[in-house]
Amino acid sequence: MSSVKDHKEKAIIVKDIHKSFKLPHEKGSGLKQAILNLARGNTKSGYDLQHVLKGISFEVEKGDFFGIVGRNGSGKSTLLKMLAGIYQPDSGSITTHGSLIPFIELGVGFNPELTGRENIFLNGALLGFSHKEMEAMYDEIVDFAELHDFMGQKLKNYSSGMQVRLAFSIAIRAKSDILVLDEVLAVGDEAFQKKCNNFFNEIKKDKQKTVILVTHSMDAVRRYCNKALLIEKGKIIAAGDPNEVADEYSKQFIATNTTSIKKKNRHGTGEVMYDKLVLKQDDEWLTLDFDIVNKSTSDYTDVTMGFDFCVNDEIVIGNDTRFMKEFKSGIAIEAGSKKHFTLKFPNNFGNHAFSLNTNITTGLGINVTDHMRPALTFDSKHVSYSDAWKVLSFPEIHEG
Amino acid sequence: MKISNIISRRNRILLRELVVTDFKLRYQGSVLGYVWSLLKPLMLFAIMYVVFVHFLRFGEGIPHFAVSLLLGLVLWTFFTEATNQGMQSIIARGDLLRKINFPKYIIVISSTISALINLVLNLIVVFIFMIFDGVDFGWTALIFPLTVLVIYAFSLGLAFFLAAVNIKYKDVSHLWEVFLQGLFYATPLIYPLQMVMEFGGQFAAQILMISPIAVLLQAARAQVVGHENVITADQLSSNPVFLAVPYVIIAVVILAATVYFKKSQGKFAEQV
Repeated sequence: MSSVKDHKEKAIIVKDIHKSFKLPHEKGSGLKQAILNLARGNTKSGYDLQHVLKGISFEVEKGDFFGIVGRNGSGKSTLLKMLAGIYQPDSGSITTHGSLIPFIELGVGFNPELTGRENIFLNGALLGFSHKEMEAMYDEIVDFAELHDFMGQKLKNYSSGMQVRLAFSIAIRAKSDILVLDEVLAVGDEAFQKKCNNFFNEIKKDKQKTVILVTHSMDAVRRYCNKALLIEKGKIIAAGDPNEVADEYSKQFIATNTTSIKKKNRHGTGEVMYDKLVLKQDDEWLTLDFDIVNKSTSDYTDVTMGFDFCVNDEIVIGNDTRFMKEFKSGIAIEAGSKKHFTLKFPNNFGNHAFSLNTNITTGLGINVTDHMRPALTFDSKHVSYSDAWKVLSFPEIHEG
Repeated sequence: MKISNIISRRNRILLRELVVTDFKLRYQGSVLGYVWSLLKPLMLFAIMYVVFVHFLRFGEGIPHFAVSLLLGLVLWTFFTEATNQGMQSIIARGDLLRKINFPKYIIVISSTISALINLVLNLIVVFIFMIFDGVDFGWTALIFPLTVLVIYAFSLGLAFFLAAVNIKYKDVSHLWEVFLQGLFYATPLIYPLQMVMEFGGQFAAQILMISPIAVLLQAARAQVVGHENVITADQLSSNPVFLAVPYVIIAVVILAATVYFKKSQGKFAEQV
C-alpha cells in the first residue's frame, strides 16, 4: 500500500467520469414499449440518450471548501449525486477517502405525517445516528431550531421555514469527514442564513472537514470556498481560484436572452413598436435593452411603455412609464424614427421562471400599438432571497 | 450484499427506523389504530368461516378445519402483503433514493418486516383460537417457526425480484395482483386438500402441491393442528423429485432475485 501516502491529503479523486441518461420518447415505462421494441428488433429506439457529463476530472483535498457552480442543466447536480454515490458513472472512477454524508438536500426522508419529534429520529437514522444517540442530542437540536412548542405536531403543519430550521439543526450534527451540500443557502429567512453563515465559517476553519457545495450564489463561492469548479454542458470550463471561477460564471450570464417575438403573442395597432429586445443577467443587475420604432407617418409625444414580470402568468411586479417622473407626460418619437432604452433592475429576482409582458400605447394609454405577451421568458438565477421582493422596485431607465 | 453489511451498525439503525415509521404510518388516522392489524384478519376469517364452513360445507368431518383455515389465511395474508409491499417499496421511497445513498435492499427488507410484525400479531390471535378449539399441539409445533422462516425467505426473494422489475416495468404490479388471485384459488386454503382428492383424485392434488406456497402452508398447518388433519406433500407421494421441486423453486427464486436485484440496484435512483 505504498500509494496510500500519496493520497493521504486527498479527500476525493474524480477521474474522467461520463454519464448519460436514457430519456424515453413516450411517457411511462411499460411492457408494451419493451415488447414493441423487441418486435422491431431494436432495443434502443424507445430512448433519447442525453450525455450529461463528458469527462470530468478533478481532485479535492482534505479540508477544502470546494464549490461547484454552473447554470441549470450544466450537469453539476448529476455530478454531486455521483459524488454522493446516488448515481453510478457510466465510465471513469470516483475515489473518496473518509466517511461521506451523502446529503443532497436538507430534511431528507422527512415525512409530513410524522411529528417533528419522530422526524428528528428518522432523519437522524439516515445520518447514521442510533435512537439513543439522537435522544442525547434531542434537546440541543430543538433548542437550535427554536421549535420547542411544535415538536408534538405533525410536520405537515410546519411552515417551510420551520422545516428547514429543523432539518438544518439535525444536519449540522452529522459527524462525517466529507459533507456534500446542494443549494442549502437558497432557502430560509435572514436569521437562518446567518446560522448557515456561522456554520460554514466554522467548518471552513476545520481542516479535518471537507465540504462540497453546489450553489448558484457567487457570493457564497467567494465567501466560503477555497477552490471552485465551473461546469458548462457537462465539461469543466474553469477550475481553481474561487474568485476567478465566480467571474467566469458571471460572464456566462451576460446576454442570455434575445427575443424572437412570435406573431401569435403580439397584438396592437402597430404605429409604435418594440424592436430588438435583449435581456442580460449578471449578479447585480437584470438589464433590458430595446429600441422602439415609430412605423407610422405621424409624430407622437404621448407614448407610454408598460412592463409586467410574471411567474406562472401571475403578475409579480409591473410598472408603467406614466408613473415615472421624467416620462409622466409621455415619450416623444418622430415619424419613422427609432429610440433606444435601457432598463436596469436590481437582480433580486430569486430563482424563478419569469415571463415578461410589454406594451406600448399612444394617447397616454388609450391606444395599444404593440402588446407582447410574453415578450420573452427567462430563468432568474440570482439567489439572494433575503430581500427578494421588497427590493424589487421599479427600475432605472435611461434614454438613448 | 455481504452479510457483514446487512448487520452493520448504520444499516441496522436505518432498518429499525424505517420499520418503526412504516408501522406508525400504517394505521394513522384510523380510530382503532393498531387494533386493525388484529381486527382485519378476524373479520375476514369470520366471513370465510360462514361462507365455506356453514354454507358450502367445506371441510366437513375434518377436525379443526376452522382454525386451520384461519392459520392458512393468516399465512397467505402475510405472503401477499410481503410481496406486494416489497414490490412497491422501492418506488414508494423514490424521493429518498434520489437524495441519499444507502443500501437499497434495506428498503425491501423493512417493508417485509412490517408484514412480518403483522403476521406475528395475527398468529397470536390464531393460537388463542386454537386453544379454545382444543387443538392438541404436538412436538411438530416446534418446527412451525422454521416453516414460517422459509415462507418469509421465499416472500423476501419474490419481493426483491418484483421490486427490481417493477421499477422498469410497472405492469408487473398488475400482473402480480392477477397472479395472486389465481394462486389463492389454486392453493388448498379455503378448501381442504381432501376435497380435491375426493373430486379430482390423487393426481390433481399432486399438481396443486407443486406450488411452493401450497406445500409450505400445508406443512405449517400440519405441524400445528396435526398431520392426521392436514394432508402434506409427503402423504401424496414418496417420489423424491416431486417432494424436492417446490424447494428447488424456492431456492432458484431467492438466488435469481438476489442476483438480479444486485445487478439492477445501481440504477434505481435514476430510474425510479
